Amino acid sequence: MEKTTFTKLFTPFDNQADARFAQLRQSGRECFGAAALPTTRTEDWRFTNISPITATPFTLANNVHARVKLDSDHPTVLFVNGRFAKQAPESIGASAEIGSLARATTKLSQLARIASDRDSPFTSLNTSFLNDGAYVVVPDGNVIATPIEIRFHSLVEGNAPAIHPRTLVVVGKNACVTIVERYSGNAAYFTNAVTEIAVGEGAVVDHVKIQDESTTAYHIAHTAVVMGARSNFTTHYVSLGGALVRNEVRVRFDGEHAEATVNGLYLASGTQHIDNFTLIDHAQPNCASHELYKGILDGKSHGVFNGKIFVRKDAQKTDAKQTNKVLLLSDDATINTKPQLEIFADDVKCTHGATVGQLDPLQLFYLQSRGIPLDQARRLLTFAFANDIVGRLKIEALRDELEQRIVR
Amino acid sequence: MNMLTIKNLHARVADKDILRGINLDVKAGEVHAIMGPNGSGKSTLAGVLTGKDAFEVTQGEVLFEGKNLLDMDPEERAGEGIFLAFQYPVEIPGVTNSYFLRASVNAVRKHRGEPELDAAAFLKIVKQKMKILHMPEDLLKRNVNEGFSGGEKKRNEIFQMAVLEPRLAILDETDSGLDIDAMKAVAEGVNALRSKDRAMIVITHYQRLLDYIVPDYVHVLAEGRIVKSGPKELALELEKHGYDPIKMTVPA
Repeated sequence: MEKTTFTKLFTPFDNQADARFAQLRQSGRECFGAAALPTTRTEDWRFTNISPITATPFTLANNVHARVKLDSDHPTVLFVNGRFAKQAPESIGASAEIGSLARATTKLSQLARIASDRDSPFTSLNTSFLNDGAYVVVPDGNVIATPIEIRFHSLVEGNAPAIHPRTLVVVGKNACVTIVERYSGNAAYFTNAVTEIAVGEGAVVDHVKIQDESTTAYHIAHTAVVMGARSNFTTHYVSLGGALVRNEVRVRFDGEHAEATVNGLYLASGTQHIDNFTLIDHAQPNCASHELYKGILDGKSHGVFNGKIFVRKDAQKTDAKQTNKVLLLSDDATINTKPQLEIFADDVKCTHGATVGQLDPLQLFYLQSRGIPLDQARRLLTFAFANDIVGRLKIEALRDELEQRIVR
Repeated sequence: MNMLTIKNLHARVADKDILRGINLDVKAGEVHAIMGPNGSGKSTLAGVLTGKDAFEVTQGEVLFEGKNLLDMDPEERAGEGIFLAFQYPVEIPGVTNSYFLRASVNAVRKHRGEPELDAAAFLKIVKQKMKILHMPEDLLKRNVNEGFSGGEKKRNEIFQMAVLEPRLAILDETDSGLDIDAMKAVAEGVNALRSKDRAMIVITHYQRLLDYIVPDYVHVLAEGRIVKSGPKELALELEKHGYDPIKMTVPA
């Protein structure tokens, strides 16, 4: 019944959509039709009520890309309301291919193969509206020195639209690339993003996602990663904006001796709700995963961390570590943490831990005794907590940007 | 004129009376040692003077350069020129000394109506002070007190004092937990900062620190009151006979 806010848009959407993705859309819709929308009785969604989303009568997004400026000092592709807007520079040479799915001439056979439409109804919903999106293809052996940024901006005039950004990143054998995804917008809307990343054998991928949506936006994102043998994948998943946010990161090891680092930082205040769901699928032996999520919750905000680790029967010598640390800045903020380790192999090392704390009065007094006003001292200590994640970002400009956001 | 005037100061923590009528006058250029056994109220006095909120002042007043100190927030007191070298310096993971010190220096400058220092000007001053106090090169990049040895922490306190150039420095058991070499190093740093414009209150349990930081006056604190004051020789007397003979003279 609540699906109709989306399904009623299928026909008007198809009238303006590209036929090349019609088949994928169709299979996405079949999957979406067959799946039940999650409720708080659904195990993986226990702490997140999506009814504000399904109760909203969404519209299709307008095509308004001409009005958004793009200025960036590194290769950047800009999408406005899910549609390709512009790219700077036009090409980054033969070392990698970046651009819009709708305009791609390369065959992208992995599209919709890394993120399964069966993982979540929101994934199949995204595929149901597949028409454009970003893609990055790095051929075997290529090392891309500058980060590649993919920006999804929502520019809303009038009723709240549902926008379904899609990204495909394919990194060849022994190739190396840094990808920054950024989400922003101006009003009330729903971003339902899916990002698929294929990390080739021996490849190194450094991924950063900055979710800086408007405070009235809904944001559901699914980042699916498949890792080849001896590959290395790192993500820093940063959540700043959004009224109701669900982040899903699913990593699957598809070859041995691969290493994944999945880090997250989530900042919430007011009545923001940020749910982080991670699934690390140790489907192969001899792989390592490290997860560190840090949350800073103020006001009446609500945070969720639900971290699943599967260690399959043959995945011996798995080394998996998961940590969630939360700083509560107010008495009314809440956090639900749920680690879930399902281990079917016997020679593995798996640990998990969670801590929840407040700012330390002794540290605050120490800073005050050195002349630093209390509110500044609080921000400084809050940043110190976040810096555990921020400090790991390799891009200095991003570190500075986040520091400004937290310390200001 | 007195820099600091403490009149009949009473304070309690968690309903327990700790200070029970302290009177003390400190002038610029003077170094006062406050000695006393454990539980006599030495650290409470330091806490009350710097504004730690665990302590409740129930009576008396404290004037600093004529202003009512007890009305000020801890950060205002620092801005006015009061500095506490902590008995237990606090570790702050995630904040570098450089970041912390610059925030501190600029907050104090702002309080005094002086322009903030930019990164280059700040670094110049700090490097100069590091040299004087023989601080290790990597200090600025390290997190505040994190992983520091006891001696390093205490030296870092004195280094911060050198950078902030307070009018009144309160050294709370700066010798505790230090071996003789570390204590000498700290005392040397403190002595380098003695000046006719700056006053110091040196709180200590043991006389040995006062061999290196020689005070102008020694006060003995017992059960929340100053029970005896005298010249520096008083410290030697205490070393010899202990606190007990003096405590006996405390009026009931």
